[in-house]
Amino acid sequence: MTSHSSSNNGYESYLDYRGKGTGLKSWIFSTDHKRIGILYLIAMLIFFVVGVTFGFLMRLELIAPGKTIMDPQTYNSFFTLHGIIMIFLFIIPGLPAVFGNFFLPIMLGAKDVSFPRLNLLSWWLFIIGGLLAIIAVFLPGGPVDTGWTFYIPYSVRTSTNVFPALLAAFVLGFSSILTGLNFVTTIHRLRAPGMDWFKMPLFVWSIYSTAWIQVLATPIIGITLLLVIFERAFGFGIFDPALGGDPVLFQHLFWIYSHPAVYIMIIPAMGVISEIIPVFAHRTIFGYKFIAFSSIAIALFGSMVWAHHMFTVGMSGAAMFIFSLLTFLVAIPSAVKVFNWVATLYKGSISTDPPLLYALAFIFLFSIGGFTGLIQGSLSVNMHIHDTSFIVAHFHYVMFGGTGFGIFAALHYWFPKMFARKYNMKSAKVGFWILFVGFNVLYFPMFVMGWLGMPRRYYDYLPEYQIYHFISTVGSWILITGLIIMFANFIHALLKGEKTNEMNPWGGETLEWHVPTPPPLENFDEIPIIETDPYQYKDNDLSNTEVKEVN
Amino acid sequence: MENHSHSEKHTPHYGIYIIVWLALLILTGVTVAVAGIDFGGLTVATALLIASIKSYLVLTIFMHLKSESKVFSIFVGVALLFLLISFVLLFADYSFM
Amino acid sequence: MSSSEHGIAHVHRDDIGSRLGMWLFLFTELILFGGMFIVYAIYRFTHQQEFHLAAKELNTLFGTLNTIILLTSSLTMALSITALQKNQKGLSIFLQLTTIVFALAFMVNKFFEWSAKFHHGLFPGSDVLMEKSNGEILFFGLYYIMTGLHGLHVIIGVVLIGTMTYFTSKNRITSDNYVRLEAAGLYWHLVDIIWIFLFPLFYLIT
Repeated sequence: MTSHSSSNNGYESYLDYRGKGTGLKSWIFSTDHKRIGILYLIAMLIFFVVGVTFGFLMRLELIAPGKTIMDPQTYNSFFTLHGIIMIFLFIIPGLPAVFGNFFLPIMLGAKDVSFPRLNLLSWWLFIIGGLLAIIAVFLPGGPVDTGWTFYIPYSVRTSTNVFPALLAAFVLGFSSILTGLNFVTTIHRLRAPGMDWFKMPLFVWSIYSTAWIQVLATPIIGITLLLVIFERAFGFGIFDPALGGDPVLFQHLFWIYSHPAVYIMIIPAMGVISEIIPVFAHRTIFGYKFIAFSSIAIALFGSMVWAHHMFTVGMSGAAMFIFSLLTFLVAIPSAVKVFNWVATLYKGSISTDPPLLYALAFIFLFSIGGFTGLIQGSLSVNMHIHDTSFIVAHFHYVMFGGTGFGIFAALHYWFPKMFARKYNMKSAKVGFWILFVGFNVLYFPMFVMGWLGMPRRYYDYLPEYQIYHFISTVGSWILITGLIIMFANFIHALLKGEKTNEMNPWGGETLEWHVPTPPPLENFDEIPIIETDPYQYKDNDLSNTEVKEVN
Repeated sequence: MENHSHSEKHTPHYGIYIIVWLALLILTGVTVAVAGIDFGGLTVATALLIASIKSYLVLTIFMHLKSESKVFSIFVGVALLFLLISFVLLFADYSFM
Repeated sequence: MSSSEHGIAHVHRDDIGSRLGMWLFLFTELILFGGMFIVYAIYRFTHQQEFHLAAKELNTLFGTLNTIILLTSSLTMALSITALQKNQKGLSIFLQLTTIVFALAFMVNKFFEWSAKFHHGLFPGSDVLMEKSNGEILFFGLYYIMTGLHGLHVIIGVVLIGTMTYFTSKNRITSDNYVRLEAAGLYWHLVDIIWIFLFPLFYLIT
């Protein structure tokens, strides 16, 4: 990161800044929101690579029935660590902490977030949490093997390193809370003059809803994990049935957080897509208010559907009915967004640059993930496919195909602004297509075998499933090839890519495209005064009617 | 946007806090006194009602919610709503077992 | 302050923003305890008789005394801010110190209460407790965790208010810049509110 040009155009960019110490110190103790965003990006990508490695090895094990490359205990640890790392260290911080940090203040017309030092503390907590998770692998006792869900009673009985893993999740939760409260306060207090709520970019709206979930839902998982820690350490009777506890109550509390957490992951990705689509269709976003409010609606409904993860644990009939119904309701605001994106594309003058390709892939993959979610939401079908690889396929389509592709879209979209370098468009497109094909070859067979009864998390399977497992494993190789091409392209761009000071390479209208590239240390010399809506495109013949509605 | 100026604070008084404190003590007395009486299913409800009144007093007066801008009250409402949803939906499971 | 009408001068100060952030933080505390109240509610619902039986072991007198102590400390905390607003620095410091004394009294009381329980062999994992019914084990598990975590918050509050007292004496908190004292006050009142619910739910179910 340090090998950056100081091609000074008469200002000090955040990359040139040499105020606080030099080298590494000027980064890891910086309270500048942009530097903190980059710090998160680096940390998050490292964890992503670790998570992918675990996933790759698991897939390799499953290429044939019986033992292939690892024993069952190792396999259990691998799927646990794959889950913990990907969820807590990659997709949850992926968009809010990286791109939210970097672009939220710029998009609002502010010089930083409300509490810059707290922001730095968040990052440090994130790193400490990440290190604890890594420690959980290497301490004697063996890597944690409970699955990322830490279900009771196994998590109080197993002798593996559950304790550091729980502590890691707790600390990471704290980090996430602090980021959330920082963003809520920033959005309330630091909007530039003239930027009323409906002049905010949609990415900001999505971050706002997300930040609220982070603040409100995360403490529940915090206390739940803390209770498990107490139960393990001191023999308190809380959830352990041997002491009269109710393990199902643990599942309730776990999902009260962990289901909204799914929306912490997906809503910001939807925000990114809402930014990218109008820019590359050169049209004003269709239905601005609907998209903005649907983020809030998803956050609200998303807090009321947690028990659809628990349809087979023996809940009361009334609860099953209510949770199933509410689950169907969440689909409405999600669909509102998809329709609005498609309507924005309609009759636009579309440039198929890499960010848009990723955005389109997001819509496609998220729709598959979303619809299969509805299939699972219906009680009778759920009984059949519960805990099968159908579920695994579903949430990878949503989490990876949705949020993961959202993160890649954001990277391709904002990379030139963040680093003032151009990446190779052709490699980016090649990488995209390989990634896209690999993704579907990897995960689609899981729908099929899950439907046929292949349980999730199993180490071994009957021979009739082998063909699907084989295709899926081959898919993982294709997918990883795509990832390597993408990352190689970015690394090449960082080191040798063409430098650019072009302020607005894609023709975006939001504020980040109106500051120099790379952004100056404090973003704006003078705080801008906002008079227009965020997406005003001149060649906007068709959408005049909608603009009126938005105003 | 919310008003920036923080100087136009209400003029500070000691009296109101002392009155609220006395009210809190009286309510504590009441809740201890009625604890011995069995209202059947309403016993818990009474205790929670008194606790809620006490919290309301602390929130509005001691914590100045009353003199803050409306955003603060809305925020508190959102947080309580979240807790309420969790309680209600959870009991949708347990009370129909 | 008012010179930065557009809010975001380099060294900017935004008291409303600071309080907003503090409130958001308090929600996380509220919901942290809320999660435990949920567990309590469910178990009390499923083990009603045993909860009543177990609660008889708790000393209502200790509980009531601690309630009065904590409510009064909340008063002195609120008054200390008013004192500072009226530019009575000495009085404000005195009131902050009084708050700390009350908080410590609360902890001493708590110490004696817990010691008595331990003396009777009523602690998590003890033989006496393990012989009791499931509901009672759950009750005491929750009792120790909830009052324990609350006690931890009292200790954090003492440290926090102590820091503010130091700042006030060094004039880093003054009559026209006291948002940090307000934030500490908000925290302290929340600790009070949590106790307002803990008290009837543990000590007054007989």
